[in-house]
Amino acid sequence: MGFYFTKDGMNAVLKRLMDEYLVYAPIRMIGGGAFSDTNSVRYGQISKISDIIFNQKSEYSFKEILLPLSQTLFFFTEDQVKEAEAPKKGAIIFLRSCDLHAVKRLDEIYLRNGFEDYYYKRLRENVKFILLGCQNPFENCFCVDMQTNTIDTYDASIEQAGDGYVMDNHCNAWESLLSSHCLNQQDVQPSHVTETGVHVKIPDGLSIDAANSKMWDEYDDRCINCGRCNFVCPTCTCFTMQDIFYTDNGKVGERRRVAASCMVDGYTDVAGGGSYRKKNGQRMRFRVLHKVYDYKERFGYHMCVGCGRCDDICPEYISFSHCINKLESVVKEVGDNNA
Amino acid sequence: MHNEYMPYLSEIKEVIKHTDIEYTFRITYEGAVKPGQFFEVSIPKYGEAPISVSGINNGIIDLTIRRVGKVTNEVFERYVGDKLFLRGPYGNGFDVENYKNKELVIVAGGTGLSPVRGVVEYFSEHPQEVKKLILIAGFKTPKDILFLEDFERWNKKAEVILTVDQAEEDSTYQVGLVTEYIPKLSLKNVEEAVAVVVGPPAMMRFTTQKLLKTGFLEQNIWISQERKMSCGIGKCGHCKVNDTYICLDGPVFNFTKGR
Repeated sequence: MGFYFTKDGMNAVLKRLMDEYLVYAPIRMIGGGAFSDTNSVRYGQISKISDIIFNQKSEYSFKEILLPLSQTLFFFTEDQVKEAEAPKKGAIIFLRSCDLHAVKRLDEIYLRNGFEDYYYKRLRENVKFILLGCQNPFENCFCVDMQTNTIDTYDASIEQAGDGYVMDNHCNAWESLLSSHCLNQQDVQPSHVTETGVHVKIPDGLSIDAANSKMWDEYDDRCINCGRCNFVCPTCTCFTMQDIFYTDNGKVGERRRVAASCMVDGYTDVAGGGSYRKKNGQRMRFRVLHKVYDYKERFGYHMCVGCGRCDDICPEYISFSHCINKLESVVKEVGDNNA
Repeated sequence: MHNEYMPYLSEIKEVIKHTDIEYTFRITYEGAVKPGQFFEVSIPKYGEAPISVSGINNGIIDLTIRRVGKVTNEVFERYVGDKLFLRGPYGNGFDVENYKNKELVIVAGGTGLSPVRGVVEYFSEHPQEVKKLILIAGFKTPKDILFLEDFERWNKKAEVILTVDQAEEDSTYQVGLVTEYIPKLSLKNVEEAVAVVVGPPAMMRFTTQKLLKTGFLEQNIWISQERKMSCGIGKCGHCKVNDTYICLDGPVFNFTKGR
């Protein structure tokens, strides 16, 4: 069912939802930009509808809500462990189509690849998603080519319409709340992007032989292995375990998991001093082929959702989409070498 | 909903010192375990480390640990009566069914003997289930040899080649790399023989090359891989190689998949 809301009507709905949920959306972080006196758009909690930034891409994705950068798993003394408690409230996340597609990738790893992840599942079960319709693509977006520009598995959608907002609702539990605060009911179809400025073509015939290409060597020097591309990516899910102890009592502490990056030093270090993928080009190869080749080999669809955040954030102006488009000649190069 | 990350306590029942930096910890564990599987062993404050089982007995598992990192250093400070945190077992482990009624060659380098020790034990206890059992075990020097007392026992049930890379002149041990012994093996039918190779990456590479050259078929060779792991359960991403998660799909691989 679709609805039109005035700003006040929408805020009344949000206020009610906040009894039950923490509400997250892209918001402006004043002074949070990379340079002095610049702002950034990142995910944070909102209290009113005008907090949401509708007309910009968030630099970081929603994923930190489901997979906190640092998450305490349990507390311990020397011979006892006590599980960390779950948040009392559920969460509502406002996000775009590409990001909602990314949720499927997170679910794939955390709910289905091997054991079910207890900590992910207990958050995920209490999360609702409100789709932010996209009228226009942003810089570096390539969702259309990754087929992530449309989606219908949202709980509700929202878009600005004049001074008010239109919503399409899929969530039965919200139906009466929304009808009681709306100005009128109307048919609503969330907008979606049909053409982007950036295009990618993942070549047919891509195989793991692509790892042997000379193309990756270019990134040995260009990439500074800062890992920002991993941290902004809505589909990167890696973490590292970390034990910490409290300074006031060295016998009590906690085990956490913290976000990890396959681009950063130490990711593959094994006890005794060994490591794999020492060069940045090899790490780039590992990341790129995971996103557009071997994840699909395992799960049947590509990992990359085409949000373009990795291109937006790279301090060395390395473009992931350009790299994908080089794979065509890589396939030819390794094919010639094998012939 | 089960929380796989919560570790449980296990008591150290016995510590066997093989070398200065390699001890076997006999610890309590009730439940099914296969050779080649691993546990995440942890000590609060120092973290977790994946350690493969080197022996399985009623209510007791053996973990042979080399002292090389933050966690293992701390494990070595523990002794009989102390406790370790565990979770697992994880990974696929070796399936002895694959080797039954075959000529079986096991090649182990250094601590690589730990994950296959259970397989050696199984067939030395059930010698009728295998046509032939050959163990080639290589260590750097005589003082690096692990499970020395086991070799005496295995010698009676299997053809055992114990070799060291280097030794003093008066040493009684054979000197040579494990690969040197492969072409000399007396096998009835090399194309049907099976091999298990576990050890450091370079040793596994050269050994599998030699096996293939000697006439072993790729599908008859199994290896066990080792990578950094944080979770052991397919989440953390550290052990991923191409589309494979070593922790879930391995650590034991048929050579057609694991090379």
